[in-house]
Amino acid sequence: MEVPILKQGDYLIASIQSALTDADLSQLREALVERVGRFRSRGVIVDVTALDVMDSFAVRTLRDIAHMARLRGAETVIVGIQPEVAFAMVQLGLTLKGIATALDLEEGLNFLNRRGKERVDRA
Amino acid sequence: MPDNNSSVPIRSDVDIVSARQKGRELAAECGFEIGDQTVIAAAISEIARNILMYAKRGEIRFRGLADGDRQGMVVVAEDQGPGIRDVSLALQDGFSTSGGLGLGLPGAKRLMDEFEVVSEVGRGTTITMKKWIRRGHA
Amino acid sequence: MTAKEANPSQPGGKSRTEDTAALLRELVAHLRQNRTQLREEWARRITQAKLLTAMTEEEVFAEATSVYDNYVEALETGTFEALQAYSRNLSERIIPRGVETHEVVGIVLLLRDTMARSLFGKYHEDFEKLNRILDAYEPAANRIANTVAVGFVQERERIIRQQQEAIRELSTPVLQVRERLLILPIIGVIDPQRARQLTEQLLRAIRANRAKVVVIDITGVAAMDSNVANHLVQTVEAARLLGATVIVTGLSPEIAQTLVTIGVDLSEMATVGDLQGGIEEAERLLGYKVVPLAEGQPA
Ligand SMILES: Nc1ncnc2c1ncn2[C@@H]1O[C@H](COP(=O)(O)OP(=O)(O)O)[C@@H](O)[C@H]1O
Ligand SMILES: [Mg+2]
Repeated sequence: MEVPILKQGDYLIASIQSALTDADLSQLREALVERVGRFRSRGVIVDVTALDVMDSFAVRTLRDIAHMARLRGAETVIVGIQPEVAFAMVQLGLTLKGIATALDLEEGLNFLNRRGKERVDRA
Repeated sequence: MPDNNSSVPIRSDVDIVSARQKGRELAAECGFEIGDQTVIAAAISEIARNILMYAKRGEIRFRGLADGDRQGMVVVAEDQGPGIRDVSLALQDGFSTSGGLGLGLPGAKRLMDEFEVVSEVGRGTTITMKKWIRRGHA
Repeated sequence: MTAKEANPSQPGGKSRTEDTAALLRELVAHLRQNRTQLREEWARRITQAKLLTAMTEEEVFAEATSVYDNYVEALETGTFEALQAYSRNLSERIIPRGVETHEVVGIVLLLRDTMARSLFGKYHEDFEKLNRILDAYEPAANRIANTVAVGFVQERERIIRQQQEAIRELSTPVLQVRERLLILPIIGVIDPQRARQLTEQLLRAIRANRAKVVVIDITGVAAMDSNVANHLVQTVEAARLLGATVIVTGLSPEIAQTLVTIGVDLSEMATVGDLQGGIEEAERLLGYKVVPLAEGQPA
C-alpha cells in the first residue's frame, strides 16, 4: 500500500492510511527523500494516526527519514502517535530523540510555521 | 474464554502485518484492553520480523490461556533457522548482528509478562511469550 | 473454571482405600439421615458463637442448609468444585455485608465439630470403628474447611483490589489548569501498577485535552525505587511522542539521585523546583509558542 504524499507549499505531508509492511515503509522513505530534494521542501510531516502499532523497524525508518531530510534542509515532524502506541513504544525502548512530534496534522503545521518564522527572525 | 487457536506462517513482510493483526484480534477476544492489545501486537511484530530476517521462514502461533482465575494469551514463534549463539547477549538492549536497533528481543521481553527463548545453533529458535490480563480489570 | 486447590488428589493427600471409601459412604449416609437435626444444631451454635451477626437468622439458616448439603456432597464425591463454586458465590454475597474471614472459618469449623460430635454419639460403643471413621472424616473435613476459607479469602482480596482500583482512579486526577496545560500531581506511594495506570491516564488526557505542556508534580511522592523511576522516564518520553512537553516539579534530592543512578540524564529532563515555578515555565512555553501562531497560517 503506497503512502500518498501531498505537497503543500514548502512542506510535504505523508499520511499513512493503513498498516504498512516493511517494504511500504522503505518505499515511503525513498519517496520522501527524493521529493525533499526535488521540491527543496523546508518541512516534512508524517502522519501516523492510522498506525495501531509501531515497532523498531517503523521507528528506525522514521528516524532515517528525519535524518536524511535534515541533511537536505528539511525539518521532520511525526504527528498522530496514539496513546497506546506511544506506551508500547517506550516499553520497547523506542524513542524519537531529536525528532519533533506533534499531536496531529494541525499542530505539526503550526510547529513548522513557527520554525520557519524563527529562522526568518534570526536571519 | 475463547479457545481460539491461530497460526500464521511467516515467509514475507506481509505476514508480519497479518501476524500482529491476528494477534491483536485474539488479544481482544481474550479480554485484553486496547493498551495491552497494542503491547502484544508490538511484541509479535518484533519476533515475526526476527524470523523473517534471520531464519527466512517460520511460524507464529497464539492461543488464549486460563490458569486458575488468571486469563491471558500465549504466543509461540518457531523457526528452523540458524539459531542464536548467545541468547543472553541477544537479550541485551542494543545487541544486533544485523546493524539493527537491537531492541526486538529485549523490548518484546519487557512488553510481555513471561518470555522464554530456546535456541540451538543450526537447529532453530523457539520463543514463547505470555501476557496475563491485569488483575483488578477483570 | 478449575482453580488451584481443585487438584485431583484425594482428601489428606492419601489415596482413598476401599476401606476409607466404605467408611465415608457410611458417614455420608449418617449425615444425610440426620440432616434436619444437625443443620439446626449447627445454625444454633453459629448464633451462640455470635458469628455472622450481619445476617438475619433466616439467612443464616438458608446458607447453613446449602453449605451443609455441599459439604456432605464433597465428602461423598471427594471432589470440591461444587463446594468451591458455592463458597465463592457465598463470599461474594456476604463480603459486602461486612462478614469477616474469622467468621467464615469459624462456621466451617463449627460444622466440622457438630458432625464429629454426632459421630461420637453414634459410634461411642464401638471405639475401634469410631477411630476409623474419624480417620476417614478428619482429612476430608480439613480439606473442606480449607477450600471454603481459601475461597473466601480470594474473593475478599479480589474485592479489595477492585476498591483500591477505584480509589486510585479518584486519587490521581489529571487537572487542566488552563487550555493546553495539564497538571498531574502524584501523591503517595507509587508501585509499578499504579505508575502504569498514571501513564495511561495521562496519555489519554493529553489527547483528549490537546495538551501541549504537562507538569508532573512529585512533591508528594515519598520514595521512588529504580523501577518506578524508570517508569517516570518512560512516561515523560511517551508524552513527548504525543507532542507534549513534560516538566517535572518537586524532585527531592533522593529521587534525583535515584534517577541519576539508573542512568537518566537530568539535563535532558525539564525539571523545575516547585509546582508554582513549573506552571510559570509551562505558561511561558505556551505563551512563547502561541504568539507566532497568529501569523502565516498555511493556505
Ligand atoms: N529467530 C532468530 N534466529 C536467529 N537469530 C536471531 C533470531 N532472533 C534474534 N536473533 C539474533 O538476536 C539478535 C538481537 O535481536 P533483536 O533484539 O531483535 O535485534 P535486531 O533484530 O535489531 O538485531 C539479532 O541481531 C540476531 O542475531
Ligand atoms: Mg529484531
